[in-house]
Amino acid sequence: MRRYTIALVLSAVLLSPATLADEFTTTDVDRWQGEFDSVAKKGRELWTSGAVGTNGVACAQCHPNAANTHPETYPKFQKQLGKVAQLFEMVNWCIRNPLQGAALPADDPKMTALVAYIHKERKGVAIDAGKH
Amino acid sequence: MTRLITRRSVIAAGAAAGTLTTLPISMVRLAFGGTREDFSFTYISDSHIQQIKGASFVRNWDMGLKRAVAEANLILPEADFVMFGGDLAQLGKKEELDHGGEMLSHVKGKLHCVMGEHDYYLDLGEYWSKLYGPQWYSFDHKGVHFVVLNSILTTDEWTFHRWPTAEQRMLEMAGLDNPNGSPFMVGEKQRAWLKDDLSKVSKDTPLIVFSHSPLQKIYKGWNFWTDDAEQVQELLQPFKTVNVIYGHVHQIQYNQIGNIAFNAVMATSWPWPYPDTYAQAGAHVPVLTVPMNRADPFFERDATGWQMIDVNSGRVTARYQLWDNQERVVGYDPRLGKPVDKKYQEAIVRKAPQLHY
Repeated sequence: MRRYTIALVLSAVLLSPATLADEFTTTDVDRWQGEFDSVAKKGRELWTSGAVGTNGVACAQCHPNAANTHPETYPKFQKQLGKVAQLFEMVNWCIRNPLQGAALPADDPKMTALVAYIHKERKGVAIDAGKH
Repeated sequence: MTRLITRRSVIAAGAAAGTLTTLPISMVRLAFGGTREDFSFTYISDSHIQQIKGASFVRNWDMGLKRAVAEANLILPEADFVMFGGDLAQLGKKEELDHGGEMLSHVKGKLHCVMGEHDYYLDLGEYWSKLYGPQWYSFDHKGVHFVVLNSILTTDEWTFHRWPTAEQRMLEMAGLDNPNGSPFMVGEKQRAWLKDDLSKVSKDTPLIVFSHSPLQKIYKGWNFWTDDAEQVQELLQPFKTVNVIYGHVHQIQYNQIGNIAFNAVMATSWPWPYPDTYAQAGAHVPVLTVPMNRADPFFERDATGWQMIDVNSGRVTARYQLWDNQERVVGYDPRLGKPVDKKYQEAIVRKAPQLHY
């Protein structure tokens, strides 16, 4: 009886339409895209803001439209860091140095927004990790 | 202490003292009618002095201008005069123009200034003009007619009626990639002045025109652009020898359109990417241009610098003094009828860092 109940519950879980992996709609896709776009938009606001660091310098001063950031090449070896680094580490390098600010944690929503914006502007460029 | 301001280009220039203006820069010397001397001037541009607050300014940009002025003052024989190519300030503030102006005041020799948009859009050039005089003018030097234009004007609607405050207008124009900006233009009034000014000059007289924005159309999205460029070019084309030197782009660019040779100069503050590296834009960098070396931000002064400009037979050779890179020399080649990089023009000799993507 107990085994029968477990089987019943399991089959209910497995067969429930809401839990099927391939059951998502264009509405879902649009929503997920919207979530990304809104975070990337926040990233653009931060990118052009003088408030990310302490000296009023904005990322966009050197990187209009996030050009010359090459997100598709990360992780890659950065000789001055002496190791293979991720994109967020380079963003933090810029925040610490030209922007004279404090580094952000890798999962800080601001860092996620900045990285989302960088990738959005680079959309369509083939991934090429390690390229210098 | 291995990298004092007496870096290699200055040492080289010092070693060449006495011969600097007679180096075989052009492959062939053109014979012009009349007496004309070869000479040099220095060109410093785009310092973007930025106030943090009070007496505190962004150190990085300060250092670029200070270093350029210090190095330019070491050159022997002394240059005939000094040009500053615009964007002395970042947000057009009196404090920024004063702080930058103080550093710039240490240059040896006569200083001529070009208006940049970062100097202009807070008070529409009022304070800058108090310091440096008229926004467009001409002068003659050793047989060459020099013209300085204010090329960063735009429509009256954008300038006078779009923005609630002068501060916001300045900020909107200061963002290079800001879609709320507006295309630069020389404008009808100044073009009429230019036409009149040039009417008094012989067509054989070499012209050197200074503008802040390129007097050619490269990429509108970043205002590497002057909206009435063609109309200005039309006024210049009848002259046999025309050179346009512009700032604003913070990178090596050169081009030839008809009789007009174009050279861009480097910034002392920071470098900009080439517009064709922006994946979402179809921008065109002049095909002649061998790009500057890709910037490595770990070196604070990489891909920034200043220029010595040699004028031989009325043609411009730009000697780029690049602090953390090999010096570049771009000069007019009379045999080819266009400016070329003296070392890297051929694809086969280019370096990996000159490939931008």
